[in-house]
Amino acid sequence: MSTTTMTHDEAHHHEAPKGWRRWLFSTNHKDIGTLYLLFALTMLFLGGASAMLIRLELFQPGIQLLDPDLYNNLVTNHALIMIFGAVMPAAAGLANWMIPMMIGAPDMALPRMNNLSFWVLPAAATMLILSFVVPFFPGGGTQINTGWTLYPPLSVQVGMSMDFLIFAIHLLGISSVLASINIIVTLLNMRAPGMTLLKMPMFCWTWLVTAFLLILVVPVLAGGVTMLLFDRHFGTSFFDAAGGGDPVLFQHLFWFFGHPEVYILLLPSIGVLSHVIPAFSRKPLFGYNSMVGAMLAVATIGMVVWAHHQYTVGMSLGAVTYFMIGTILISIPVGLMIFNFIATMWRGSMTFETPMLFAVGIVLMFTFGGLSGVMLAVVPADMQYHDSMFVVAHFHYVLMPGAVFGLFAGVFYWLPKWTGHMYDEKLGKIFFWINVISFNITFFPQHFLGLAGMPRRIVDYNVMFTEFNVISSVGAMIFGLSHLLFLYIVIKTIRGGKKAESRAWEGAKGLEWELDSPPAFHTWTVAPQIK
Amino acid sequence: MNDQASQNHGKNRRTTLLLSGLVVAMFGFGFAMVPLYNLFCEVTGTQSLSQRSEIGRVVATDESVDTSRWVTVKFDTTVHPNLPWAFDAMTQKLRVHPGKTYEVNFVARNRSNETVTGQAIPSVAPWQATPYFSKMDCFCFNRQTLKGTERADMPLQFMVSRDLPKEINSLTLSYSFMRLKESETETETPEIPNRIAVNAGE
Repeated sequence: MSTTTMTHDEAHHHEAPKGWRRWLFSTNHKDIGTLYLLFALTMLFLGGASAMLIRLELFQPGIQLLDPDLYNNLVTNHALIMIFGAVMPAAAGLANWMIPMMIGAPDMALPRMNNLSFWVLPAAATMLILSFVVPFFPGGGTQINTGWTLYPPLSVQVGMSMDFLIFAIHLLGISSVLASINIIVTLLNMRAPGMTLLKMPMFCWTWLVTAFLLILVVPVLAGGVTMLLFDRHFGTSFFDAAGGGDPVLFQHLFWFFGHPEVYILLLPSIGVLSHVIPAFSRKPLFGYNSMVGAMLAVATIGMVVWAHHQYTVGMSLGAVTYFMIGTILISIPVGLMIFNFIATMWRGSMTFETPMLFAVGIVLMFTFGGLSGVMLAVVPADMQYHDSMFVVAHFHYVLMPGAVFGLFAGVFYWLPKWTGHMYDEKLGKIFFWINVISFNITFFPQHFLGLAGMPRRIVDYNVMFTEFNVISSVGAMIFGLSHLLFLYIVIKTIRGGKKAESRAWEGAKGLEWELDSPPAFHTWTVAPQIK
Repeated sequence: MNDQASQNHGKNRRTTLLLSGLVVAMFGFGFAMVPLYNLFCEVTGTQSLSQRSEIGRVVATDESVDTSRWVTVKFDTTVHPNLPWAFDAMTQKLRVHPGKTYEVNFVARNRSNETVTGQAIPSVAPWQATPYFSKMDCFCFNRQTLKGTERADMPLQFMVSRDLPKEINSLTLSYSFMRLKESETETETPEIPNRIAVNAGE
């Protein structure tokens, strides 16, 4: 890094381009990060609206609002929009914003590919929405009533909306694979001199592992849905028993992707927690190395336990025993992470700003979801719980705290850095409490419903389940609407507020806090030296 | 910076290519799963439900009839959408003694005007009972050809083994009738192995 190169840099220094070109042609990691986050927020409301329709229908037994196929289509869309539209892009948005700033790099390694991996998303979202709209037109065929798992033979029989969905999944897959390649290349090659892999901030580590998981599993899903497309239109029988295929093969391909996907959603939030909890406990993260090791263990074991989603398809005793033991083993490294977080808080001088409230909430509620996961991992018990509302309660306890609350924590933690303004702390805390309480009202009763035998993915239910469903639906309405408050807080912070210092939180550590708030359009054009 | 930038550029290129190779390999892995999965299941017996050859594997050690025990056998039929047939069990449910041979009848009717060949695939539920259900004579051993609108009786002779585990007192025999492709119909084979017969063309 010589002085001549600095003048070279300054000569080419340019400010942000104006107008729509700034966004459409952007190669700037901060702008693309913003685009990702805005896209995710839009999808959050779309997916949330479909969830609220589902809960409205389940408010009372009988069929009131939605016919069964439309209901199941909403269930399918809610899952796909939330997973592929909201959580993954939001995590990618955080990665785009933070990774270059955290490792002292001027930008992502492949800026043009970064642009492409974002701009594929709106196209994919359009396809996804089209798949929902098409059945309303004459000749549009049936709705996608399969649920997000898209199991054949039903998914082979669904109308043309399934083809839109398959292409949407292809596009979403391309987007996340490109983003993953970019993130890995950035993390491996662009770190500031002196920053070894084991000095890398935890958020970067979680994203390194997440990106590798994505590269390993998303192509397999893409292959699976491609075979589905071939079965539908080109006369192959990958999954059709009459042609020598096996429908269970699709389940294996799907869950080979689907189970690691859970960790793909979870790990970036674990990364956020590893910054938020030390910052507000005013202590360094407890057990950094063990945290990295635990994460690698989770990712490795998580790759080979997928069939615990299929205990009931009739695998041999040996196979289910293997998948059961493997699944239960995962609770050991995950438990280690949780204990590390608790140990970080232990005897720290803690304060409870909004990000920290979310972080503590995650440690509590994610652990709860993890425990019901261990229940589901046990084969004889799972035979009872399988496809019941208990499963719905379980994975919402894992994914809402584990993924979405982690993203909220990250947004509140870094919002002052991005916008240069402090958010309204009082509103933030109100949002946290409404959000968390209504979340529990919504999903806690679903455990009881499932244990009492209410199946999932069915539009109607026995009258004996009415009370808990009413509670759950009321909670869901509050929960859904509470996100409008989140939107308001974010807009308010962007428009103004108390000026944020470069180190917005006194306990915050890391390179990103050495930059101005908001940071310049180009940062770390001269790499910092890490001791 | 220029030096480092160009050096970084080369490094980035290499890493990107390596990762892209991994993506392509994993996409291929998905397709490689198709034959590998079948092979894996055959070798290890992981997918026990697809092992039709298991049916009737246990031959009773004692040939006498166990009159002290009743087992309920239910019969279930499915016709694949690509086969234009109606196919029904004449007996829905039968109480049987283990060790005794029974005969039940199924009826198939071709609802189309063309000659169609099909093959019935049996399966037993619960799967634990599969080896103890022996078929002496079954229409599912052979390909069945029906001329247009033809109707045919399809008899089944079976016996439930005396060794059937005590906790099983009810089992279901389910038949799925599937259409055979024309090319497979022409090559005449006297008997098709008991496992998924439509696989035989592969």
